[in-house]
Amino acid sequence: MSEGIEPGTRGRIEDFLLAYAHAIDDGDLEAWPGYFTEDAVYQITTRENHEAGLPLGIFYCESRAMMSDRILALRTANIFEPHTYCHMLSRSALSSNGAGITARTNFTVVRTMQDGASELFAVGKYLDRIVLEDGAPRLAERRVILESRRVDVLLVFPL
Amino acid sequence: MSIAAIDELSEPLVWPEEGVTRIPFRLFSDPEIYRLEQERIFRGPVWNFLCLEIDIPNPGDFKTTHVGEVPIVVTRDEEGEVHGLINRCAHKGALVCLKERGNAKMLTCVYHSWTYDMGGRLKGLAFRHGLRGKGGMPEDFDLARHRMEPIRVEVFSGLVFGTFDPDMPSVESYLGPVMSKFIRRNLDRPLHRLGMHSQIIHNNWKLYAENLRDSYHATLLHTFYTTFKINRLDMDGGIIMADDKWHHVSYAKRATFDEAEEYQKADVHSDQFDSKLEGPELLDAWDEFDDGITHSIQAVFPNLGIHFTLNSLCVRYFAPRGVDQTELFWHYLGYDDDDEAKTAMRVMQGNLTGAAGLVSLEDGCINEFVQRGTAGSGDRNAFIEMGGRDVESSDASRATEVAIRGFWTGYRRIMGIEA
Ligand SMILES: [Fe+2]
Repeated sequence: MSEGIEPGTRGRIEDFLLAYAHAIDDGDLEAWPGYFTEDAVYQITTRENHEAGLPLGIFYCESRAMMSDRILALRTANIFEPHTYCHMLSRSALSSNGAGITARTNFTVVRTMQDGASELFAVGKYLDRIVLEDGAPRLAERRVILESRRVDVLLVFPL
Repeated sequence: MSIAAIDELSEPLVWPEEGVTRIPFRLFSDPEIYRLEQERIFRGPVWNFLCLEIDIPNPGDFKTTHVGEVPIVVTRDEEGEVHGLINRCAHKGALVCLKERGNAKMLTCVYHSWTYDMGGRLKGLAFRHGLRGKGGMPEDFDLARHRMEPIRVEVFSGLVFGTFDPDMPSVESYLGPVMSKFIRRNLDRPLHRLGMHSQIIHNNWKLYAENLRDSYHATLLHTFYTTFKINRLDMDGGIIMADDKWHHVSYAKRATFDEAEEYQKADVHSDQFDSKLEGPELLDAWDEFDDGITHSIQAVFPNLGIHFTLNSLCVRYFAPRGVDQTELFWHYLGYDDDDEAKTAMRVMQGNLTGAAGLVSLEDGCINEFVQRGTAGSGDRNAFIEMGGRDVESSDASRATEVAIRGFWTGYRRIMGIEA
């Protein structure tokens, strides 16, 4: 599960992926773009689209600038009922190649609404390409593949 | 004064004498009305959107969908003809097609292997002549007298429509000349799918049908749009109503932005986000057409919407999933002659709409807010007089609820509610 990955590197990547999830869970969305490289691609799509090779998903950014716009928009422009996420991550399968480290991590996200309803909101996998910038991991690409094609109510926070 | 009513309910529906400017909240939560709508609207004299023609390009292709709550499968047979069938076995009523889409020579019900051709005609069944001469169907059993129940279908400009009403005029005459022309403008070229997803919204289907036609809210609720100056009510735009009022097109043209005084006075929150996008390439657009229209949304009664948001083309439709739940489907499209740059732009601008749409994600919750706000107030009514009380086309302003009044005009007609 860790071809060509030093144990120290695996540890750093696992900590990094966990910190990403905790930042979102804690509402520190302004920190979210910082987990990516400048020109990273971030996409949320469905398994159906992904397997059919269709390019258009549900949420798409192709730079850190667009990610910042997303966060600014949801902070100041978008209207939605307050809610929080709680991510649960699986252990990551890692492999190394010339373009960096690829990682696959399963996730479930429970969404809690202000009326107290805690419900399964999203389940799927992260398909990541991770590079080390001065030894620190950064996402060069994160494809969030949802198992379901169906979103309950709306999706505003990144996953 | 007469007060419109539907009597078939255990408690007759009383509609205020003001007509389409007053909407009884009971319409959004009464299960009896919901049931009556299934019969009078979805299984009645309308053309329901079923699927895209590109969902079933080849002989043997099938795609499942719904008309109201009824499961439907759309097929293409070996001769290329499109069929609409109730996805229900003639034997015990089980679903015949289980997969959402696929390709098959025959359709076989998994329960007892009743097998149909792609036109729904029964071709065979297991143990028809029994086992070792025992059992089997009675002597007079006639395959030709059993089939999957067909509905009428018609393909118009890449859209497959279906109706339960054998007497419906053509789709084109149902749409009328103006609506037909606008659909052709958008869809009369070879198309392909770019991606799709769906969304569960927790509201009655009619609240979404209203929302699709609500040009008044567009720049008030959806503040991302306005603050980046993509679209505002003070831009050149208008509403075109179909002759029978229940379909419409709302459009806007990109115009020199001009700070309207009403916005400043109203202190609408769309003014607060005045920074520029860090990634402005999101909104790069080219003129797709020479009519200057940059944004359009078209609603076709009962379940279809087609929009162009800058260069993002999408066919959306919905299926009622109970009196207070609706599934909304988003099918994003490209033209076959798009180059790579155009495809990339359409993919990028898919961000503006859908379940996570920067511009319109609020629609995922706003109709639920009405559903929840009106709970327990079935004897009260909505007030729909913005832009006047009429149901006529308007090129003056999109600060109007005319298309909503149009929806209710059609609704009252088809449900048999006359003033
Ligand atoms: Fe909206």
